[in-house]
Amino acid sequence: MKKIVSIACLFAAAALLAGCPKKATTVEPPVAGSQVPGAGGTSGTEGASTSTSPLGGDAGNVGGAQGAGPNASVGRIIYFDFDKSDIRPEFAAVIAGNAQYLTAHPNAKLKLEGNTDERGTREYNIGLGERRAQAVRRALMLQGASESQLTTVSFGAERPAAEGDDEAAWAKNRRVELVYGP
Amino acid sequence: MNKAFSVLVLLVCLGLAQRSSADFVVEVTRGQDNAIPIAIVPFAAAGAADLDVAQTVSNDLARSGRFKAMDRKDMVEQPHPGANISFDDWRRLGNDYIVVGLMAPQGADRYNISFELYNVLNHQRLLGFQISANRPGLRLASHQIADIIFDKITGIRGAFATRIAYVSVAGSLPNRSYRLIVADADGENPHVVMQSNEPLMSPAWSPDGQSLAYVSFEHRLPTVYVQQLKTGERHVVSAKAGVNQAPAWSPDGKKLALTLSTRDGNLDVYVLDLLTDALTRITDDPAIDTEPQWSRDGQSLYFTSDRAGGPQIYKVGLQPGDRPRRLTFQGNYNARPRVSPDESQLAFVTQEEGAYRIAVMDLKGRGDVQMLTKGQFDVSPSYAPNGAMIIYASRDRGRGVLALVTPDARVQERLVSSEGEVQEPAWSPF
Repeated sequence: MKKIVSIACLFAAAALLAGCPKKATTVEPPVAGSQVPGAGGTSGTEGASTSTSPLGGDAGNVGGAQGAGPNASVGRIIYFDFDKSDIRPEFAAVIAGNAQYLTAHPNAKLKLEGNTDERGTREYNIGLGERRAQAVRRALMLQGASESQLTTVSFGAERPAAEGDDEAAWAKNRRVELVYGP
Repeated sequence: MNKAFSVLVLLVCLGLAQRSSADFVVEVTRGQDNAIPIAIVPFAAAGAADLDVAQTVSNDLARSGRFKAMDRKDMVEQPHPGANISFDDWRRLGNDYIVVGLMAPQGADRYNISFELYNVLNHQRLLGFQISANRPGLRLASHQIADIIFDKITGIRGAFATRIAYVSVAGSLPNRSYRLIVADADGENPHVVMQSNEPLMSPAWSPDGQSLAYVSFEHRLPTVYVQQLKTGERHVVSAKAGVNQAPAWSPDGKKLALTLSTRDGNLDVYVLDLLTDALTRITDDPAIDTEPQWSRDGQSLYFTSDRAGGPQIYKVGLQPGDRPRRLTFQGNYNARPRVSPDESQLAFVTQEEGAYRIAVMDLKGRGDVQMLTKGQFDVSPSYAPNGAMIIYASRDRGRGVLALVTPDARVQERLVSSEGEVQEPAWSPF
């Protein structure tokens, strides 16, 4: 069973009752003498309401808490080719530097954030971003990082690093960011 | 453990009043040649109302592509009631149908709107209706009037009084804000359902139109929520380690199909029973399996998989042992299926000449595929509940916009928003 814990905001509810506009329309019988169309257009209109969607609570800015990590000479972003998740040779040093740090600091935790460019469908891109994050995870583990130090998340195309509908922007967006946390 | 919690989201009248200023302008990019000419005469005594009901009805009908609404400037008189219509004059002006109406105030805040629809050619009165609406209800009443007229003339149930949900992205990198918005089907009357500094995606309507499922990254991890629109109450339905994505309601509203991942990042499609929290794995393949969508009978799922290399669309029955069947074979990128309300057609995203476009596939016959759009980044198709229109996300001069196309590609329109990026439209049920 689900355990539902509701944090109700009473004053807000009271405010709603007191002042929010109600949007209700009713479809009544036709004007006298008219032809009555079946139920055409009348169903589901009683009290139909579109105006009551509340402002959702913003759960706040959960910023990526930057913990420790290797010194700044070790890169923390790995870029990828279009539709690819293999790590290009030029990023071997990034993998090695971070793997070294993780091996030397067994308590360090690293989050691998996978991203794609904007092309394609959003949910499939989540899959591609995850595939990239996993490629980095495997590479780090091969070089000594332990499984328990690493987590992955895919933002797909939802958190681009650069705006624009061209290859220059796309190349910056196809990436895995290495984020050290608490 | 699936410990769901719900938060009655801060529900302040100010919040309700905070209208998003994302007003839409409709541009008809391609119209229908044989649109039915109709005149919606301004309703008598409408001067006092804050909304021009007759114009809203006229805009709705024109937007459907099936009607050509007469410009008010060309009307030489504004008759009411129907007995005063000079049918021959209206016929000479090229109209097949005419609507006349009256807005009778009932107290300070309420109107009694009566209207009549006539066939101009044979003078026949096709219907007369009376709708009572309070001031904030005038817009909804207008859409209902358009629905009644549309239904009477075309025989197709109108979908003007429905809604769309979409995601609006504002601000420049890295300070973006994401808002989940619900608006009337014409883009007017937008209300913010949820906002966050982290991505919101994949809104999906419950079959009763009362709730939205969506993915929020507000904790920098994906979580699937279900939020009730009336109360703002929401709860977590999936926050497992790894991927929690692509929610899709079963036709009976009791289950959600969604995409989850194993520890090594393999995405598969699952079905979650919303009552018991029981989770059933539907696909089991090392490929990316995602973007599930239910068949009308609730017995199968359509989904995207790249098990054959590139993404293609498959269908799988939900009985144990059912094997996925591949549906798309043209081209190397076919993804994000959406089933038409009568399940005669599948809309999806396909790649053509390096562009992403909306295509439809015939599900009843030989599986013929037809391209519907011509943009560079046309994604996220969603059917109107009457199946007469598909809304999708497009790009216009580097900006995300919403666009509409009929499933036969004959009518194309763009909803141009005045601000921000607009993406992932989802059309509500009736």
